[in-house]
Amino acid sequence: MQQALAAAVSIVFDGFAYAMLLFMISVGLSVTMGLMGFANLAHGAFAMVGGYVTVTLMNAAGVPFLLALVLAFFIVAVASVPFERVLYRPLYKAGELDQVLLSIGLVFMAIGAVTYVYGPQPPGIAIPGFLKGQVDLGFKSFPTYRVFVIAMGLATVLSLWYGLERTIVGARIRAAVDNRRMAQSVGIDVDRLFMLTFALGSGLAAFGGGLAVEILGLSPRFAFLYLVQFLIVVAVGGLGSVRGAFVAAVILGVVDTAGKYTWPEGGAFFIYAVTVAVLLVRPAGLFGRA
Amino acid sequence: MTGSAQAAREAARRHFVGRDRWHWAEALPWAAAVGAFVVFPDYMALGTQIVIAIIFALSLDLILGYAGIVTLGHAAYFGAGAYAAGMLSAHLGWHEPITGLLFAGFVTGLLGLASGLILLRYHGLTLIMLTLAVAIMLQEWANVQERWTGGFDGLLGITIEPLFGLFEYDLWGHTYYWYSLAVLFPCFLVARRIVHSPFGLSLVGIRENTRRMHAVGTPVFARLVAVYTISAAMAGIGGGLFAQSNAFVTLDVLSFSRSGAILIILILGGTGRLYGAFIGAVAYMLLEDELAKIDPVLWEFGVGLALVLAVMFFRNGVLGAAERLARAVGIVRS
Repeated sequence: MQQALAAAVSIVFDGFAYAMLLFMISVGLSVTMGLMGFANLAHGAFAMVGGYVTVTLMNAAGVPFLLALVLAFFIVAVASVPFERVLYRPLYKAGELDQVLLSIGLVFMAIGAVTYVYGPQPPGIAIPGFLKGQVDLGFKSFPTYRVFVIAMGLATVLSLWYGLERTIVGARIRAAVDNRRMAQSVGIDVDRLFMLTFALGSGLAAFGGGLAVEILGLSPRFAFLYLVQFLIVVAVGGLGSVRGAFVAAVILGVVDTAGKYTWPEGGAFFIYAVTVAVLLVRPAGLFGRA
Repeated sequence: MTGSAQAAREAARRHFVGRDRWHWAEALPWAAAVGAFVVFPDYMALGTQIVIAIIFALSLDLILGYAGIVTLGHAAYFGAGAYAAGMLSAHLGWHEPITGLLFAGFVTGLLGLASGLILLRYHGLTLIMLTLAVAIMLQEWANVQERWTGGFDGLLGITIEPLFGLFEYDLWGHTYYWYSLAVLFPCFLVARRIVHSPFGLSLVGIRENTRRMHAVGTPVFARLVAVYTISAAMAGIGGGLFAQSNAFVTLDVLSFSRSGAILIILILGGTGRLYGAFIGAVAYMLLEDELAKIDPVLWEFGVGLALVLAVMFFRNGVLGAAERLARAVGIVRS
C-alpha cells in the first residue's frame, strides 16, 4: 500500500512536470488559434528552435542556463514576427488545408535547417548545480529539476492569468477571441494584437523548449515527435482557452505518464482514445466554444 | 431565345456531355509506364512502389481534391489494407493475391464506412484532429495486438501464390510491376468514372459550397460517406498491394508520416484532377529515392520549401502550373 502510494505520487509528480512543459509550449498555439483560427502545425518548431538557441547560448557563448532561457524567449519571440507577417498573414482567410500544408512545410524546412547546422544527434546541456539532485519536500524527495519545471509552469500560468484577466491588453485579447469583428468595431487593432500574441506564444514555446531539453530531449525531429501532443492539448482544451490548455495539459501529462508506468505498450493508445472520445462529444474541446 | 444564347447553351451542353471523353494525352501515363519497364527493367521494385503510391494518392484525391475532406490520417486505411492482406496470408492461410486485395479493399471499405459515419459529422480543425488521432490510435492498437500484427517487429510470414497460378514472382519485381499496374488501371477507371458522374459533380459542389448543396437538396452527408468509403477501399487495395509486394508489414504503414507524405504527394502533383496523383507520386518517389540517399537533409528541406511555395504560389501543384503555362502559350483554351 505504502509502495503503491509512493508510485502514485511519483507518477502524478512526473506527469505534472511533463504537463507544465506541454502547457508552456502549447498555450501560445491555443491563443493564436483561438484568435485567428490558423491551423499552425509549425508551433512545435519554435519550441525546437528555442531549445537549440538555449543549447547554443550555453555551450558556445557560456551564458548561464536561466539567462539562456530568458534570451531564448526573446530571440524566438522577435524572430517569429517576420514569419507571421510574411507567411501566415496571407492565409488567415484561406482554408485549413493551405494552413496545414504551409506549416508542415515550415516544419520540414526547420528540421532540414537545424539538422544542417547541428547534425541529427541530440545535443546535451549542463544544467547548473543548484538544479541537480533531489529536493526534500517533507514527505518525499523529488528531482530538483522537475520541481523547478513545475514552478516555472505555475509561474507561467499565474502571469498569463494576470496578463489576460487584469491588464488592458489581456482584455483586448479576450475580446478578440470571443468576437473578432466586434472587437475590431470598437477600435481594437486585432492585427497588431495578433502579432503580439503570436510573438509571445512563440517565445513561450521557445522557453518551454529550452526547459524540455533536459526532460524530453532535443533533436531536429522534436517538432514532429511532439506535434500531436501539442495539438491534443489545444484541441482537447479548446481553442483560445488558457484554462482549457492547462487542464488538457495536466490530463495528458498525468495520464500519459501513468500509462507509461503501468501499461508501457498500450499507454499511448489510451491517450488517443481519450482524445477522440473528448472531441466526439465536445468538438470544440473541453473549454472551447462551439 | 436569341441565337447567341442558344449557341452558348449548346456549347455548355456539349462541354458537360463530353466531359468524360478520353483525350489522347490520357494514354501518356500508361505509355510511360510501359516505357519505364523497357528502359529501366532493373528499377521495377521502385516502379511497383510508385504505382502503389499512385493508387493511394488517387484515393486521397477523391476525398480531398473532389469532396474537399481534409484528412491527416488517410494512412489508417492504407495500413489497415496492408494488415488485412498480410494477416489473411500469414494467419488465415489464404495466399491467392487477387482475392487477397479484394479482401483488403472490402475490410477497409467497411472501416471507411464505419469511421466516415462518425468522422464526417465534424468539420474544420476538429475533423483534422480527429482523423489524425484516429489513425494514430489505430497504429497504437496494432502495436498492442502483437499476436496478430507482430507489433513493433512487423508482420512476417506473408506468402503469395503465383498470379493466376501462372506468373511466378521474380527477383527484379517485374511480375509485381505489371500486377500493380493491372490493379491501378481499374482503380483509375473507377475514380475517373466517379468524378465525371453527377455524383462526382455533387462532390465538387459540396467542396465549393456546402450550404448551397444542402439548399438544393443534395444529401450532403450521405454523399460524403459514400465517397469516403470508396476512397478507403481504394487506399486499402493500395495497402494490400504494398503488403503483398513487400511480404512484410510494419507499424509504419499506419504512421502520421505516411499520411503526411501522401498528402504532400497529392498537393505537389495537383489536387482534384486525377493525374496529379500520377505526377506527384512519380516525382516525389523518384526524387526521394535519388536525393534522400545522397543528402537526406537537403531532401527534407526541399520538400518543406516546395510545400511552402506550392501554398503561396502554385495552389494547384505541378499540373496546375502546367495548365496555366499551357494556357498562357495558347496550347489549351481556358
